Amino acid sequence: MTEWSAADRVLLHLSVNGEPVSVAFAPNKTLLEVLREDLQLTGTKHGCELGECGACAVLVDDVPVLSCLTLGLACEGKSVRTIEGVAEGSRLHPLQAAFADLGGSQCGYCTSGMILTALALFEHNPSPTRDEIREALSGNICRCTGYQQIVDAVEAASAIVRQNAPTPSPAR
Amino acid sequence: MNERTHSVIGLPRRRVDGRAKATGQTRYADDIVMPRMLFAKLLRSPLPHARIVSIETSRAESHGGVHLVLTGRDLPISYGILPVSQDEHALCPDTVRFVGDPVALVVARDEATASDACELIDVRYEPRRTIADPEDALAIEEPRIHAYGEHGNVHKLAAMQFGDIDAAMADADEVFEDVFFYEGNTHLALEQHATVAWLDGDGKLVVCSSTQTPHYLHRALAKALAIPAQHIRVIAAPNGGGFGGKSDPFNHEIAVAKAALVLDRPVKITLTREEVFYCHRGRHPVLMKFRTGVKRDGTITAVDLQTLLDGGAYGSYGVASTFYTGALQTVTYHVPTYRFRGCRVFTNKAPCGPKRGHGTPQSRFGQEVQLDKIAERLRLNPAELRLRILEHPDALTANFLRVRTIGLAECIRRVVAASEFDTRHRRMGRGRGLGLACSSYLSGAGLPIYWNEMPHSSVQLKLDRSGGVTAFCGASEIGQGSDDVLVACVAEVLGIEPFDVRAVTGDTDLTPVDLGSYSSRVTLMMGNAAIQAAERARDILAAAVSRKLDVPASRLVFAERRVFDSENPDQGMTFRDAVCAAEAMSGAVGSVGSYTPPKSEARFKGGGVGPSPTYSYTAAVVEVEVDESTGWISVPRVWVAHDIGRALNPVLARGQVEGSVYMALGEALMEEQAYRRLPPRLSNALVHKFPSMLEYKSLTSLDMPEVFTELVEDPDPAGPFGAKEVGQGPLLPIMPAVANAVYDAVGVRVHEVPITPEKIVKALAELAGGKPGYVGPASFPDIAWPEALMVPPPWEGGTGQATNQRQREKPSGAGAPRR
Amino acid sequence: MIRLPAFDYYAPRTITESVDLLAAHPGAMLLAGGTDLVPNMKRRQQTPPALVSLAGVAELKHRSFGGTHGFGAGLTLSEILRDDAVRRECGALYEAAAQVATPHLRAMGTLGGNLCLDTRCNYYDQSYEWRKAIDFCMKKDGERCWVALSSPTCLAVSSTDTAPALIALGAHVVLVSAAGTRTLSLADLYANDGMQYLTRRSDEILTRVDLPDQAGWRSTYWKLRRRGSFDFPVLGVAAAVKLSADGTIEDARIVLGAVASRPLVSERASRALLGGPLSDEAIARAADLAFAIAKPMDNTDFALVWRKRVTRDFVAYALRQLRGDDMRAVRRQLTRRSLAGLHY
Repeated sequence: MTEWSAADRVLLHLSVNGEPVSVAFAPNKTLLEVLREDLQLTGTKHGCELGECGACAVLVDDVPVLSCLTLGLACEGKSVRTIEGVAEGSRLHPLQAAFADLGGSQCGYCTSGMILTALALFEHNPSPTRDEIREALSGNICRCTGYQQIVDAVEAASAIVRQNAPTPSPAR
Repeated sequence: MNERTHSVIGLPRRRVDGRAKATGQTRYADDIVMPRMLFAKLLRSPLPHARIVSIETSRAESHGGVHLVLTGRDLPISYGILPVSQDEHALCPDTVRFVGDPVALVVARDEATASDACELIDVRYEPRRTIADPEDALAIEEPRIHAYGEHGNVHKLAAMQFGDIDAAMADADEVFEDVFFYEGNTHLALEQHATVAWLDGDGKLVVCSSTQTPHYLHRALAKALAIPAQHIRVIAAPNGGGFGGKSDPFNHEIAVAKAALVLDRPVKITLTREEVFYCHRGRHPVLMKFRTGVKRDGTITAVDLQTLLDGGAYGSYGVASTFYTGALQTVTYHVPTYRFRGCRVFTNKAPCGPKRGHGTPQSRFGQEVQLDKIAERLRLNPAELRLRILEHPDALTANFLRVRTIGLAECIRRVVAASEFDTRHRRMGRGRGLGLACSSYLSGAGLPIYWNEMPHSSVQLKLDRSGGVTAFCGASEIGQGSDDVLVACVAEVLGIEPFDVRAVTGDTDLTPVDLGSYSSRVTLMMGNAAIQAAERARDILAAAVSRKLDVPASRLVFAERRVFDSENPDQGMTFRDAVCAAEAMSGAVGSVGSYTPPKSEARFKGGGVGPSPTYSYTAAVVEVEVDESTGWISVPRVWVAHDIGRALNPVLARGQVEGSVYMALGEALMEEQAYRRLPPRLSNALVHKFPSMLEYKSLTSLDMPEVFTELVEDPDPAGPFGAKEVGQGPLLPIMPAVANAVYDAVGVRVHEVPITPEKIVKALAELAGGKPGYVGPASFPDIAWPEALMVPPPWEGGTGQATNQRQREKPSGAGAPRR
Repeated sequence: MIRLPAFDYYAPRTITESVDLLAAHPGAMLLAGGTDLVPNMKRRQQTPPALVSLAGVAELKHRSFGGTHGFGAGLTLSEILRDDAVRRECGALYEAAAQVATPHLRAMGTLGGNLCLDTRCNYYDQSYEWRKAIDFCMKKDGERCWVALSSPTCLAVSSTDTAPALIALGAHVVLVSAAGTRTLSLADLYANDGMQYLTRRSDEILTRVDLPDQAGWRSTYWKLRRRGSFDFPVLGVAAAVKLSADGTIEDARIVLGAVASRPLVSERASRALLGGPLSDEAIARAADLAFAIAKPMDNTDFALVWRKRVTRDFVAYALRQLRGDDMRAVRRQLTRRSLAGLHY
């Protein structure tokens, strides 16, 4: 059993974007705060901090979750992926390229959460229909685009991901 | 040059800031972290209206980790976005005017400590009577929310008349009289406002903020802090959405700037979502009454419009908003005689201001719904009616607005064809319907918000031997793509790639003034300034290349990163060599360009609101399905055509159209900045009903239909490469098109926004009871209007001046009632 | 950014450890997916001195099969939705879980958490500062119920989607405390009081949900909310019927959500269906009877009169679906999507 008192600072070991990380923080911090404030990964955004907008979505063990409602403490030993870990070196992920090219980002503030959520969609469904894309992104509010160019971007990226896949991705 | 096909303009391209946004690299204001940075929180009023008796801050000041507590005493100078409404203080010195009005700022080592210390500040209030709504505001002279304004709680009264309204109404075959109500709503930009302020090494103040208007913030800071503007640097961080909600100078911006000055440490504040709802400056709730006279063929003889705006607690842009409710009725359809009377009142709610479409969507809703009724009565197809009465290109309207190009007829034809409107309207069977509406909007306000004769936008270019070009402009990127427009215009003129141009924007130390990202002005104004700057740079390079190659400058072409002889394309040099040649010949290479809108022909008081270099036009058809038992509304499809003049980057242009439709559908169907008044016998409370993203309903990806967008391109001579605005206009026709579609589907008229299932059920019940099937306001109150400014329209020999302006400015006794 | 208040944190590995912690730390609260408690704590609606996280308790993730369905309370809603047996045999549960909140929140939120969801109210689900501006309410820090001034009890609304569905499916729940284990019908977990809305004691953990054999039953859940995602129900209708070979209704359960402080079982509507087919008349009669008990208040989205009014329509939708009518178009208009989506 793990036990932390409110006065402690906790030291946590986890993997962030594929790299092992140790970070100390106050135990009442959410993953959102730990990422932005203790790991300087400010690509993860916040629009409400109450689970009402989706801007802070990240992947924890490949599951899309809201970092604003996830305790940092709960991430011991987990693998966290943020927008900073989506590109491969300087090569954009097809989702990133498509968001940039096809109008998927206007102000860009919802983009991180959108892209992480769409990544999770591809894991489960490499060939989503437009309706399926809309469903998958229904927990991410965008105030700029009306979603249409976001759906365009995810659709276009899915085609590229499928083409580039060296072997059929293993069933999960 | 004009003959050549464009190599950048008009082609779909990755936006210049697209990569940074898709990788999380864009640094919004809250992403900024600085050494020694402190954090601030505002203590806000829990009362809607009260006098501050005392503020005791000592307990907060001595709380561990607290560095500073500021109150109204520390920031005594008022400010406001409009010169006529300098009614705000960063921290309320003596009166709080709505729940959320800030009274103190706490600066501490972290946010949690600052929040805890806010709880330790003791504020004693003496409650004052709550002015909850316009009805209260019109009836209650005392207490006054502000000591200025027309009288009591009436902030602004406007009245203007263009031609003999009574005669023109008498000349009509039919006069239609309708009352409408448009509920307030807010921007809900996804980024919560944030500001970081610090002193640079030289001791000068730097304020980096999520602002759409760094220039106006710069002026407000100079005033409120009483330090010279040249010692303040304002940086507009990329905005995570604006929509008008980051256009005012805000309390938090000024208060943290003050804190940084006092402490000489960086201070950051980031508002919570709830606090963003209190900043508001969103759409005014507007009650309006339209009287429209028409001939049997649909020709309008006169429009007589009254509007009543619930302004909330402060002036903000409200005086302009008031005029905007009456400004643009005339640029869409030909209105030979026009009267407009507008009234804005103060209430104890978060202040209203400019939201996408600023002041015009409300009356657009009324006008377009009324036209639908007129078409039905006259047995005309609603599209045909509109095509008959469109204003003409180059017309000077009754209220002296100069129209340039109008692509609205083409817009109407396109949406009618795409939606098969002619064969489906009124023929879709119960529960399904189509509605059509049109609109127009400014491509930039013709006048600045403070009087001056300087340019509205300026661009500076720096070229050097690297072959790179840096474009400097004060415009702020709020997501609309202004950096992309700047780069595209410069790259196009110089014949280089957008990737060769770096945009430096929204920084008052580095960039020449642009007034800000509001009124859909940036593409047209900054674009024209950028073209001028780039053409001047091109001339400098051409002179050097001409001498070096011995080719007349007039024959030189700039394209494909080269400068060459049009008659012998092999004779030329790279763009980089051209810059080197110019630098060698005449020293450092730079240029400037500016844009000032043409002078307005409206010279009467209030005529400053409405003029624009040119207007955009939009037509939309909305399809709805309405369940007759529950009133549930679905919008399966929207067709929209926008007269954009020229799409500089069609991907971004389409995104602006679709985004406008999105925001419009939210307003049409569900968004409400609603308040809750507790029973007055028990409580003074007047609170925002649900200041959260959960209960303020913004459409999700599932609620948003597919939108079929058409861009109508007929280049307008006033715009850069012919471009007009696209960021706001396409919002306007959607709300009335939804209302008209609901009528087509189930035969009820909803004269209110938002259009909800409850309202439809209520109207259907009326209809079933043999009544008209109407939901909306019952009446418009009697307002004691001042004598109208009388401005004869151009066709009656008018010169744009009021014939009674001087008389009206004297106390005439015909103004507002006094007690 | 809104910050959480301070708390001690315990992450037990077993149910036994968990109940011991609850017993040892009065006021401690259970944290499962956190999607309800964390925002409430940020708004200072709850400020427990200690949190007992159930995330590491493997027993709560168990899923047993046999004649009955058993679900560990710690299964996430997404895990429930990925379960083919749920989709096949427990239509109401599937449809309810599929309509909870958003994909992320379903991936985080647990079945037990949704069943124990705090009751909701527009006067209560607000920040501390907002609630201060109305001088608070009886559910937290205040005395009065602003929804109905004369009400002696809190009128906050039961807003769980899965509870009406599971009650319609005949669910029982298991509650474990240091003192022992008890089983009660899910309907009995709830009380019609916005503050004491659960009969679960504060030292008890809801560990599992058990369903009887669903053979012969078909069930459905219909939800009213403004948008296609995010929103809590402002009306939920769960219906289950057991049909004989000739289509006669042998047993029926109609349960309403979000119209009171607890899920409401409409006994009269359920009984009215027995012994005949799902005729239009029977459906209309049941809809009327269910409508009669719906008591929405002015503390959620939508006007209360309208919310009550459409109860009839929603009960009819549910029963028509059970009859086999093609309700996909209506469903699509209301939910703005198919319910067949993927679940992370």
